Amino acid sequence: MAAIQLSCPISDEEIKTLKAGDRVLLSGTIYTARDAAHKRMSEALQNSGKLPVQIAGQIIYYVGPTPAKPGQVIGSAGPTTSGRMDKYTPALLELGLKGMIGKGYRSDEVVESIKKNKAVYFGAIGGSGALIARTIKSSEIIAYQDLGPEAIYKLEVKEFPAIVIIDSKGNDWYEIGKQQYQS
Amino acid sequence: MKIIKYEEIVKHVSKMCQEANFDLGQDVVNAFQSALKKEKSETGKDILEQLIANADIATSERVPMCQDTGVSVFIIELGQDCHITGGKLYDAINEGVKKGYEEGYLRHSIVDHPITREKSKGYNTPSIIHVELVEGDELVIHMSAKGGGSENMSTLKMLKPSDGVEGVKNFILDTVRVAGPNACPPLVVGVGVGGNFERSAYLAKKSLFRPIGHRNERTEISELEMELMEKINQLGIGPQGMGGSTTALDVKIEIEPCHIAALPVAVNLNCHASRHKEIRL
Repeated sequence: MAAIQLSCPISDEEIKTLKAGDRVLLSGTIYTARDAAHKRMSEALQNSGKLPVQIAGQIIYYVGPTPAKPGQVIGSAGPTTSGRMDKYTPALLELGLKGMIGKGYRSDEVVESIKKNKAVYFGAIGGSGALIARTIKSSEIIAYQDLGPEAIYKLEVKEFPAIVIIDSKGNDWYEIGKQQYQS
Repeated sequence: MKIIKYEEIVKHVSKMCQEANFDLGQDVVNAFQSALKKEKSETGKDILEQLIANADIATSERVPMCQDTGVSVFIIELGQDCHITGGKLYDAINEGVKKGYEEGYLRHSIVDHPITREKSKGYNTPSIIHVELVEGDELVIHMSAKGGGSENMSTLKMLKPSDGVEGVKNFILDTVRVAGPNACPPLVVGVGVGGNFERSAYLAKKSLFRPIGHRNERTEISELEMELMEKINQLGIGPQGMGGSTTALDVKIEIEPCHIAALPVAVNLNCHASRHKEIRL
């Protein structure tokens, strides 16, 4: 099955057509955030109701890259385990976040929120950070610079490979995939 | 008596840290290749192909194969007739890690305080260092860059002796099942049975330092390794948990004597980026 080309941010119409198990190639703008940035965003929401990034309609990639070598756009940049962000995710989906890229299971609360807000969760291949880095064409710090690899970066990507894990109807590719090969 | 200088240890450790992160062991690459021939899922095959391509890029461009360049874990065999001059062994290891991680543009992944999460000021140190005193005058350094995702899904349980081998098998299978995609399969599953509470965990970690395909010397344990490998690969989890017949690349089991009332079992999972290097001085 050929991969589906998607431009980011992804339109609501396109999100609705994506199905768990679809292979996609993402091109356009995405933002990074992992544990520490999520904690800060959650605190910022509680304190001021404002985020340093307009996340409505956007995609967040759970990644903490290695430092870039001289001449590199970014160091190795594969996905980290998404479950650690579960606690903070429904609030972001309520604010209009449309997509997340990571690896691993999501909580029931996150799956429900994905369905309710018609969003999508993509899986990238854990441990393929050198390969993924080649699809990242530019990288710019947007917020929380002091967090180093955990700061929020704006990335421009071209044909970033991912797989739809949880679609906007709540279908879960980890469950579907596993059932096909159990013996 | 052999004399080994502090600086020599620093230099070798620095090099090992970088090589571990840039050059995936041939045993792992071979395991990817043979899994690719057997894998039933198209997504699974695609993932294995991407992992092979990723390892090639890491080696040729001298970049880390994974952004989680891990906690540096060392098992050191120190010959009792070997003398280290110029400083402490532990300091030499940590200085080597700091140098290797800094010069290799590897990620700094340590917090000094587990609760406040305050960042460590030493570049990716302190390392975790286990020293075993052995016969002879050699210093053998085994290093692993151990990723956090798979470590987080590792388990330890004090089973009852009456749980027997079935209890041990079920605990290992449950650990892999619960870990699912989170531990970045295909996995290397390290198991420690016996000893005591902390010893079982150490044995599980130590087993991961054996190359893929290397079987335990005891026949009954080697058979258990192979049986579990087959059962794990029937779970359907597959590469990256997206379904398939390759969930584990290998299963390693180490055993030790234990208390008459005890049956400790520890399962230490390693992601497919099983990064281990060894140097003999």
